[in-house]
Amino acid sequence: MKKFVRRGEPFVWATGMTLSIIITMTVLLLYVVIANGIGVFWPQKLVQLSLNDGRVVLGEITKEEKDGNNVSRLQLKIGNREINGLDFTWISEPDIRSRSYPADLYVIERQENGNFYGTLAEVHSPEITVAEGQGTLVSALGKARHNLQPLLMTKQQISRKIGALNLALEKVNQKLAGYRYQHMDEKDKRIITLVDAETKLKTQFATLVDGGKQNTEELAAYYAIFKTADGKESTVRLADMVRLYQPNRMGLFAKIRHYADKLVELFIADPRESNTEGGLFPAIFGTVMLVLLMSLLSFPLGVITGIYLREYAHPGVTVKIVRIAVNNLAGIPSIVYGIFGLGFFIYGIGGALDQFFFPERLPTPTFGTGGILWASLTLGLLTVPVVIVATEEALGSIPPSIREGSLALGATRFQTLTRLLLPMASPGIMTGFILAMARAAGEVAPLMITGVVKLAPSLPIDGQFPYFHLNRKFMHLGFHIYDIGFQSPNVEAAKPMVYVTTLLLILIVLSMCSVAIYLRNKMRARYAIADV
Amino acid sequence: MTAQATPIMQITDAIVEVKDLHLYYGDSEALRGITMSIPRKKVTALIGPSGCGKSTFIRCFNRMNDLIESIRISGEITIDDQDIYDNSVDVIELRRRVGMVFQKWNPFPKSIYENVIYGLRIAGVRDKNLLDETVEKSLKRAALWDEMKDRLHESAMGMSGGQMQRLCIARAIAVSPEIILMDEPCSALDPRSTSRIEELIRELQGDYTIIIVTHNMQQAARVSDFTAYFYIGELVEFGLTKRVFTSPVRKETEDYITGRFG
Repeated sequence: MKKFVRRGEPFVWATGMTLSIIITMTVLLLYVVIANGIGVFWPQKLVQLSLNDGRVVLGEITKEEKDGNNVSRLQLKIGNREINGLDFTWISEPDIRSRSYPADLYVIERQENGNFYGTLAEVHSPEITVAEGQGTLVSALGKARHNLQPLLMTKQQISRKIGALNLALEKVNQKLAGYRYQHMDEKDKRIITLVDAETKLKTQFATLVDGGKQNTEELAAYYAIFKTADGKESTVRLADMVRLYQPNRMGLFAKIRHYADKLVELFIADPRESNTEGGLFPAIFGTVMLVLLMSLLSFPLGVITGIYLREYAHPGVTVKIVRIAVNNLAGIPSIVYGIFGLGFFIYGIGGALDQFFFPERLPTPTFGTGGILWASLTLGLLTVPVVIVATEEALGSIPPSIREGSLALGATRFQTLTRLLLPMASPGIMTGFILAMARAAGEVAPLMITGVVKLAPSLPIDGQFPYFHLNRKFMHLGFHIYDIGFQSPNVEAAKPMVYVTTLLLILIVLSMCSVAIYLRNKMRARYAIADV
Repeated sequence: MTAQATPIMQITDAIVEVKDLHLYYGDSEALRGITMSIPRKKVTALIGPSGCGKSTFIRCFNRMNDLIESIRISGEITIDDQDIYDNSVDVIELRRRVGMVFQKWNPFPKSIYENVIYGLRIAGVRDKNLLDETVEKSLKRAALWDEMKDRLHESAMGMSGGQMQRLCIARAIAVSPEIILMDEPCSALDPRSTSRIEELIRELQGDYTIIIVTHNMQQAARVSDFTAYFYIGELVEFGLTKRVFTSPVRKETEDYITGRFG
């Protein structure tokens, strides 16, 4: 035992143990996220339970556990929110008389009210109405959904036109407000033209709204009636069906297709049902854009500051104090940065911008409210210390002989910096940058007060002039997790989406970091100095 | 020239004149009034025990000491009658005229080609033919051309220590300096590489003024025309190498070169 201690074994063991604890925790976290997130889109079998009290319950089994009396019970997602009120129910195992898996059961993903589970009873459309025979019903439903397509297209076109009109109206109104702000005469030619334009736009708007109403009526003529397990009927408009499938009839191939389809939806579609269903595209877009904008600020600022501190600043007390301050910045709670961003960027700079450039829109703020620009500036501030420290360290680790060699050949300090020191320091700087990026991508708290929203009506980049709308509010995966996990009215139903979003956020951070790591390794190989 | 009885020899065709040079690191005096001339296009070796100020001394010639803030210098160094510590002197220009090879080879993490033309690149030379020519000429002079002509665009980091040091010499030659300072260029090399560098120095003399600091007395005897012996910041003896090694005037010199001291 004494020998064991003398050889320093306990210390080795302790270090090994610490490492294994860290690895275990990381693996555990990833396991929980992956295990719960990866299967969300896989179609589950629908089970029909006949209970001892005569009730029939239909749904997906989501959980099995033992209750306080050691009796197993099942959690069933029963959907049909308009009938049941709740999406989930618990059934005790002893209450179940029999289980069956009827093949005719449908799962309908709807625009509203969540999933519907049941059997198809009637299909109504202007062309055909079918009320019996599963085979005919299914084909009639398919045909009706096909015939619906042109109407759905019209609906989309109308809403797009309404969007464009709204924007045009807003522009006219802003101009008008601008003229009126300058106390221009109401009979001025410019104002009269604008008022005319406004009336014209409003007429167009009314026509479009009428068209929309008609379209809605036409769409309403297509509907299907479904029956729940206990015989209740529910009418579903075909236009509200997002997806419908018969999980008990699906083969492996069909299931894979379904999974892929849902995955594509996740990446390209907008969220539905207060974010618990549908895609994550705006949040993915917002997250990536936020990190890129943040990098644009924090990278140059951090690198330049680091260069000054290491290369040019006269070493002394001041530099030491600055260095300590910079290092401490990294330890400030992120919410404090958020508050600073709110006070300095939004109310200070944003408010001033509004005063100078958009006074006619006040009191409606343009830049004086949260937006992706302010959020990314705040994050930039938050991550800049990491980049500064990394730059300083990287420059400091270059042997002095390289500087001497360059200066002795008649290079200026600036030439030495740009031609040798910066390239040689780049792998180290990149490392800091990777850390900064990973931190920024995972921050939520400062965003909540600088411009992130639950549901953004439009993206920060779109086809409307001037294309980049940096004052717009945005969605973010991290906030999305918080929002659907803790703020959703239907937390249980949102749970799968929490895991999916988490998994996605981890994957995005991982892939952005991988790109940076790849670049760093290339630089490292290129600028390594031989260590003889 | 014949052996002279004076410990500090007078040089007729000198390129560098040093007059009463004092150098202080903060409060301590590292060079204590050195006056000597460096002969043009000859190899001058500076020998002496560690810490005697040899390296500090040659770093005065290309003003590398400017980088150290605590250093103060008084006295005068002229190169071709121009005071290099005069305010009008362009340090960049001076360093192009006075090249330097360091104790530890320090090739840049670039290709062999880029290493050689680094001095030209920063001087703004863009002419591809001139650059190619310079690379070939400099590498040939540094006796590297045959080994490296097929690997010009590979990283210099793949070379051996001796090759790297010769590359550093080629890099210094490429800007056509008048003077090349060598600060113990062989101290980190094995004997074979050392003898190659020594051969190279012999070949370069006659075209360049070379000032070499060395700890190795045999090396000084082999490669130099003139030798200066330094001791604690003072120039003790300076003369033709043959004379200094065979019949030193000062007792300290004799003790040092015979190995009784140092």
